[in-house]
Amino acid sequence: MATLSDNLAPEETLDLGPGDPTGPRRPVLSLHDVRISDQAGGREIVHGVSFTLTPGRVVGIVGESGSGKTLTCRAALGILPAHFEVTGGSIEIRGTDIADLSPAQWTALRGTTISAVFQDPASYLNPSLRVGAQIAEVVRVKKKLPRRAARRRAVDLLRAVHLREPELVYGQYPHELSGGMLQRVLIAAAIAADPHILIADEATTALDVTVQAEILDLLADLREQAGLALVVVSHDLAVVAQLCDEVLVMQQGEVVEQGPAERVLHDPRHDYTRLLIAEHEQYGLEKFLDPKEET
Amino acid sequence: MSAELSQEEPSAGALTGGGPVLEVSGLEVHYGLRRRRRRALHGVSLSVAPGETVGLIGETGSGKSTLARTVLGLVRASAGSIVIGGQNVTAYSRRQWRGLRRSGVVQYVFQDPLRSLDPDLTIEASLTEPLLIRGTAADEAAARVRAYVSRMRLSEDLLDRLPGELSGGQRQRVAVARALVTEPRLVILDEPVSALDSANRVQILRILKELRADGTALVFISHDLGSVAGIADRIGVLYQGELVETGAARDVVNHPGHAYTRLLVNSAPTLRAAPADRAEREALRALLHA
Repeated sequence: MATLSDNLAPEETLDLGPGDPTGPRRPVLSLHDVRISDQAGGREIVHGVSFTLTPGRVVGIVGESGSGKTLTCRAALGILPAHFEVTGGSIEIRGTDIADLSPAQWTALRGTTISAVFQDPASYLNPSLRVGAQIAEVVRVKKKLPRRAARRRAVDLLRAVHLREPELVYGQYPHELSGGMLQRVLIAAAIAADPHILIADEATTALDVTVQAEILDLLADLREQAGLALVVVSHDLAVVAQLCDEVLVMQQGEVVEQGPAERVLHDPRHDYTRLLIAEHEQYGLEKFLDPKEET
Repeated sequence: MSAELSQEEPSAGALTGGGPVLEVSGLEVHYGLRRRRRRALHGVSLSVAPGETVGLIGETGSGKSTLARTVLGLVRASAGSIVIGGQNVTAYSRRQWRGLRRSGVVQYVFQDPLRSLDPDLTIEASLTEPLLIRGTAADEAAARVRAYVSRMRLSEDLLDRLPGELSGGQRQRVAVARALVTEPRLVILDEPVSALDSANRVQILRILKELRADGTALVFISHDLGSVAGIADRIGVLYQGELVETGAARDVVNHPGHAYTRLLVNSAPTLRAAPADRAEREALRALLHA
């Protein structure tokens, strides 16, 4: 399997900061009792979310639509919708409390420190520009590279997200690519400026299962090879179980269960988590998988 | 049930024999004309017994929805045959197909319940309509509608509401009820739970499982092996327009034969995280792309 470092020229190896597994593991993202309210309705929507993310680790958030998982992510990215505000707790990105950040500081932080991909990749790309040019633009602005070098780097990034013909894809328009390819392009753009944290919010929900597995495998590669810290958000507990070290289960703005993935999967304590597990055990593949084949 | 059916709908009487409910053989479907002609299904053969639940798995472009639409007479086959309840319906005219669908012997449920429910009809009217079309007396129809509403764990208070006033899960249960009130022998479900949250998904799967006891055959179409495996007796895998594998659900999951089925089983997220599978998936992808 091709690795990130194989694909990138030595001088252009993705520098993802403190990704060295032997190095110190200072938190890159920490949420402490974060509360989010809808100022228009005067209601608190998210009632206290806490977790700490260190380099190369993965935190998973599971919940239905409306559980507050996406609002939590958007708060960490500083892009809460109008009327919504963080009304309690604190969010720190690499030791900096984001409450104090100016818009200019946010712009400097996004892409280079924290980045994200969402469910519908097509809506984040300009349909009338070639996808490669859109990645090259990120590289030019964020990495201050000249045009030619930016182009080369964009092709390298497309190769790094395992697109089979990166030069060809560089020159294609969004409508010429499948959903899985578009999500890879978005991941390439998201990691273009070597962020420390990548938030994947339902990033595989709209994809076929085999394509979903390709994207999850890619995220696992990025984590292992570049020390990227991930926040993986999904309505499917099994998607989160594939990748995560720690799992948060959210329901109606409340974290109803939180713990190491192993513990949550094997010893769920909340009824809602039990329902999510029962669904798999009774109706999913798990019903048929021979226990002896379990790894 | 059969006596009742033949009284109400003479054409349906012939469809209540004891053999397979659905028998598809050598099915070919093409779209487009001349140079733009493209094959959507190739050599698909499948037999569904009364009361059997068959899961058809296929991803984007596999031809799974084409197969559903062909079996419902909405798309014409270019070769092969379709036999429903012993009756060869392959050469049916549009009118005959409409008659067959109206008889309520074959029913269908789509992913989006709003597609099978008239937004301007109350839930009660929507549920009663297929019975009245078939000639069921109004009071019997009303009683049957109430029976199915309670089987679907829906409250009778919902009967005078419009589809737009219901939650997605309630709407999909109404769509399933509407498909069932005519006591069909075969129900085709195209991604019936894909748009629902866990609680509603579990509820509908549980209801569908109960149907097996009634002898209703189900063809459950989905892109997600995980959501089908648990209620299917048999699984068929569609890949690029061909049925590449069929077998008992347990065998297909544990001993997939075709490389694509192996990739599908390996890709389906399960609670048993096994990162070691990554290398195997990579090898299967390379094999399929070669």
